Amino acid sequence: MTSLLRSRESGIVIALVAVVAVTAIVNPGFLSGQGVHDLFLNASIIALLAAGQCLLVITRNIDLSVGSVMGLTAYMSGQMFLGNQGMPMIVVILAGIVLGAVCGAINGALVAIAKVPALVVTLGTLYVFRGLDYAWASATGVQQVNAYQMSPSFLEFGSGSVLGVPNLTLIAVIVVAVIAYLLKNFRSGRELYAIGSNPDAARLAGIPTGRRVFTTFVISGGLVGLAGVLHAAYFGTINAAVGSGKELAVVAAVVVGGVAIFGGSGTVLGAALGALLLTTITSALPILGVPAFWQRAVDGAALLVAISLDRTVMVRLAARLQRERNRARA
Amino acid sequence: MSHTNRVLTALLAVALVAGCGSTTKGSDPGAAGGGTGTSRAADPNAPIKQGLKIAFLPKEIDNPYEVIVDNGGIAAVKELGGEGKEVGPSDASASSQVSYINTLIQQRQDAIVIAANDPNAVAPALKDAMGKGIPVVTYDSDAAPDARQVFVNQADSEEIGRSQVRLISQQIGGSGKIAILSATPNATNQNTWIQFMKDELTKPEYKGIELVKIAYGDDDDQKSFQEAQALLQSIPDLKGIISPTTVGISAAARYMSTSPYKGKVKLTGLGTPNQMRQFVKDGTVTEFALWDPAELGYLAGYAAAALASGQISGAEGETLKAGKLGERRIGKNGEIILGPPTVFNAGNIDKYNF
Repeated sequence: MTSLLRSRESGIVIALVAVVAVTAIVNPGFLSGQGVHDLFLNASIIALLAAGQCLLVITRNIDLSVGSVMGLTAYMSGQMFLGNQGMPMIVVILAGIVLGAVCGAINGALVAIAKVPALVVTLGTLYVFRGLDYAWASATGVQQVNAYQMSPSFLEFGSGSVLGVPNLTLIAVIVVAVIAYLLKNFRSGRELYAIGSNPDAARLAGIPTGRRVFTTFVISGGLVGLAGVLHAAYFGTINAAVGSGKELAVVAAVVVGGVAIFGGSGTVLGAALGALLLTTITSALPILGVPAFWQRAVDGAALLVAISLDRTVMVRLAARLQRERNRARA
Repeated sequence: MSHTNRVLTALLAVALVAGCGSTTKGSDPGAAGGGTGTSRAADPNAPIKQGLKIAFLPKEIDNPYEVIVDNGGIAAVKELGGEGKEVGPSDASASSQVSYINTLIQQRQDAIVIAANDPNAVAPALKDAMGKGIPVVTYDSDAAPDARQVFVNQADSEEIGRSQVRLISQQIGGSGKIAILSATPNATNQNTWIQFMKDELTKPEYKGIELVKIAYGDDDDQKSFQEAQALLQSIPDLKGIISPTTVGISAAARYMSTSPYKGKVKLTGLGTPNQMRQFVKDGTVTEFALWDPAELGYLAGYAAAALASGQISGAEGETLKAGKLGERRIGKNGEIILGPPTVFNAGNIDKYNF
């Protein structure tokens, strides 16, 4: 099983290398220092969102409200700077994480306690959170917060880098590494896979499924909140529409990254690589001269290829396990 | 009193006739183009009616730009003793405005001012409004010409396109490769401007400038960012980028301000002073342009009040008195032009706040 997962991640890496190689042949600038820097920078925010989403998908849940939560936290960071332009960055970041976690807790409570399917709950909160965002913007009359109204050190952090590695990428890498470690080595991390594989069996085995799912929503929400603040720091322009439609890009990254949509398998590294692959494709297409009209179609095709591959692998795996079981019985 | 009554009755009668007219003329392309407008009798000396209810229907309710426009319009209506309000959908899809138009008709508004998300999708509902005697003004983005009386155009499309080329040419010293970073590939206004940019580039004084690529950032921050990166990477000797969209120019400026291209590749286009202030001050951007959105709404508000009061009918050659903006002549197809775009640079940017 681990070798299979590993092969899935190496599959994404191979696809990534192929995309980069072809694009670099057409235009060597794609692999220049600045080019590689940009590739990682573009993927960082989506990778953070994908890391949180991956945890939920592993437990057979999903969060469609990520775009709205991200918009809400990004807007809040803008509002905080309007209140006090010298607001320390750490306060803004922590506030964003807390707000994201609260939104996650609302989703989590509805899913884990009220037992409403996550798809429906988060579809509802997608609209509720976005509505709050719009209402906030309308009530305060602040439709847009611009770079000159935010703290310069915050913006510098958003586009800065350490030894050539963008700050946002560093954060994404650290988050992915920590989550990967927890998922692999902690009992509660392993239990997430059990919940996703078979929720009923997990409950019978004594796993507190409700509490685990709730916590996962809170953690994922916190990461989304962090991503929203980083979006504000990176783009320097915030309105109530930030993050609209991001949920589909995030779910696509997770699925392309090999996390089974029905839970129970997948890694956070895969999800992050999926995010890197999809954003790299988006960057590569205009350089390859593919007309803008085709880009969405290519993204969708990548998703379909990934899902078909998963399905084929699953079917083969099931067949092999069946054979082995039969042999053992015989 | 009797005077206003008479005007009202006359308006109603004319509106009924116009309404019938519009339904029968719908299938006759020859009659399109303000056909219903010209059949109304206009009295340039009619007073502006008091207490007019005028509704502003933006492309989407939380678009910061549209909100500034509508606030300008509401201010104009207030100046005229009327009551303006803004209603609209939260997404800019083609059909989302239709139900709002129907509601406004039921509420018997005195005029509807709309930025059409799609020229044809809103046309039947707008014709219905005109048929019921409610004048329709479009601003920013036009509807089909036979579905409104007046279109208040932010600036002459031709002038916008040509002035963008003049701006970039000055900045890159009249020669070199340039690219355009647009919004969506099928945005009407963007494509019209780009056509005029291309035409301007055929003039002999621009023979040293070569337009090598048109990229589309879909008015999305991240996508515009990536498209700007791709332009700069794939065209190593690129001298300048024109981005005639507020999202595109600010995303490109944001990227360039922290990249090695800052100052080496020139960026201009259409942006708001608040969004671009930082990049003008740090030297990423020298000059860019835009019209004043509040004035656009203000002019549209005056046009709506004048239509509702019978001062104008939307026919070519009529004159609209627009408060602090002075007078504007109604051109072909009921089009009123706000004026040439304002150019912003380090010298004047701090005078503007929008």
